[in-house]
Amino acid sequence: MTQDLTGYPLALTGPDRPMVRFAGVSKSYGDLQVLDRLDLEVAEGEMVTIIGPSGSGKTTVLRMLMTLETIDEGVIYVDGNPLTHMPRGDVLVRADRHHLRRERANIGMCFQHFNLFPHMTALENCTEGPIHVLGLTKAEARDRAEELLEMVGMIDKRDEFPARLSGGQKQRVAIARALAMRPKVMLFDEVTSALDPEVTGEVTEVIRKLVAQHNLTMLMVTHQMGFARDISDRICFFHNGRIEEQGPPQDLFGNPQSERTQQFLSAVNEAI
Amino acid sequence: MEWKWDFTLQILPRLIEATGATLMAAAFGYLIAMVLGLGLALAQRTPYGALTRVVREGVEFIRSTPLILQIFFVFYVAPQFGVTLSPWVAGMLAIGLHYAAYLSEVYRGGLESVDRGQWEAATSLNLGTAHAYRRIILPQALPNAIPGMGNYLVGILKDTPMLSVIGVGELMHTANAIGAETYRFLEPFTLVGLIFLTISLPLAELVRRAETRLRRKLGLVK
Repeated sequence: MTQDLTGYPLALTGPDRPMVRFAGVSKSYGDLQVLDRLDLEVAEGEMVTIIGPSGSGKTTVLRMLMTLETIDEGVIYVDGNPLTHMPRGDVLVRADRHHLRRERANIGMCFQHFNLFPHMTALENCTEGPIHVLGLTKAEARDRAEELLEMVGMIDKRDEFPARLSGGQKQRVAIARALAMRPKVMLFDEVTSALDPEVTGEVTEVIRKLVAQHNLTMLMVTHQMGFARDISDRICFFHNGRIEEQGPPQDLFGNPQSERTQQFLSAVNEAI
Repeated sequence: MEWKWDFTLQILPRLIEATGATLMAAAFGYLIAMVLGLGLALAQRTPYGALTRVVREGVEFIRSTPLILQIFFVFYVAPQFGVTLSPWVAGMLAIGLHYAAYLSEVYRGGLESVDRGQWEAATSLNLGTAHAYRRIILPQALPNAIPGMGNYLVGILKDTPMLSVIGVGELMHTANAIGAETYRFLEPFTLVGLIFLTISLPLAELVRRAETRLRRKLGLVK
């Protein structure tokens, strides 16, 4: 399937260009349309949380940005450059392997089920990428990993294999692993959904710390409305593959405009 | 017909010598099968549909035809195309190829048993495909493949007598020769059975231990 890409710029320039931009992005699985001409911009250093009913395309947004899913239409830009496409002459064409590898380096991701490498210790999980992808020496990679494991409170467990860690501990190692690659954009895909309720706090604490101390651009999908409200700069409510409503947390949670948003939020509140 | 001990002792050295040949045939054949099998398994996981289909059909073809036919084919048909191979080389190639097809299925199962999330994590860290296979996927796939690999190691050992049909001087071939020379088959064939038993049983145990050790080494013990 070829699409007309003539309307899309080869790069985004200017001092106030967004860190992430979805420009008219659509995606279908067979007959099911997961994203419908999505336009979304995330500024540098902004924390955006995506909420919405399941099947509304929330996770797909993150997975596309991590290049785990292809897109059918539109272009995704990261840090000014097209991610899903690359310039050839004065038009955009679909990105090849090399382009994806170069641009993907800007992005880090944490998964619902952690996806730690089970045959590597916490420390080795955090040094694998820096050594083999970024070309750091073993000592440099270890220093960097230890600093991050310290930050997420897992330095004592650096030599443990994932099988010996609790869910909350695994997720904290996974956050350190992603940060060790020094991404500009961090993606959190339901990182507390697989955790026991009493340990979600140790993971959300780490994310709070990141928001407070680093100028990372972050996109998060979560079902924890209270947490989202506390730390997000902006909330996007997704419905049927589109942004139904978005705004600062106090507006979206306090005074939702759309009827669907109101329905969703009251359903969530009742569940609590 | 009664068992003759002096005859038994007399032929034992010859059979033990032939055991060396049997072990060598099994070892070399298995080595070929391990390497080639991995290639066949990986080839079926590339994004190139045509390659996948060709390899898939090839593996099915090998698994659906008798080993002995393949041995004859390599040894007797190849020379008609100008490729003349010694019995040993032809035998190793045939048995190696045959077991490569089976091992590729074992590898495939092992590779598929690795959670998809591992690939996603590898992508999120920007690890290349080859690197992800080598450092992330294969180390996790291998322990799951070892029981199946072990079965085929015992299997290839037990199939080496088929090489006697093209004149590879392994155990079966030697026992047969002794029988032809002396008209006594009871002792040589009984000894061959016992020798296979003494090798197969410890081998199976060794494979079980190797699996446990590998899992422990990789931190995968549950």
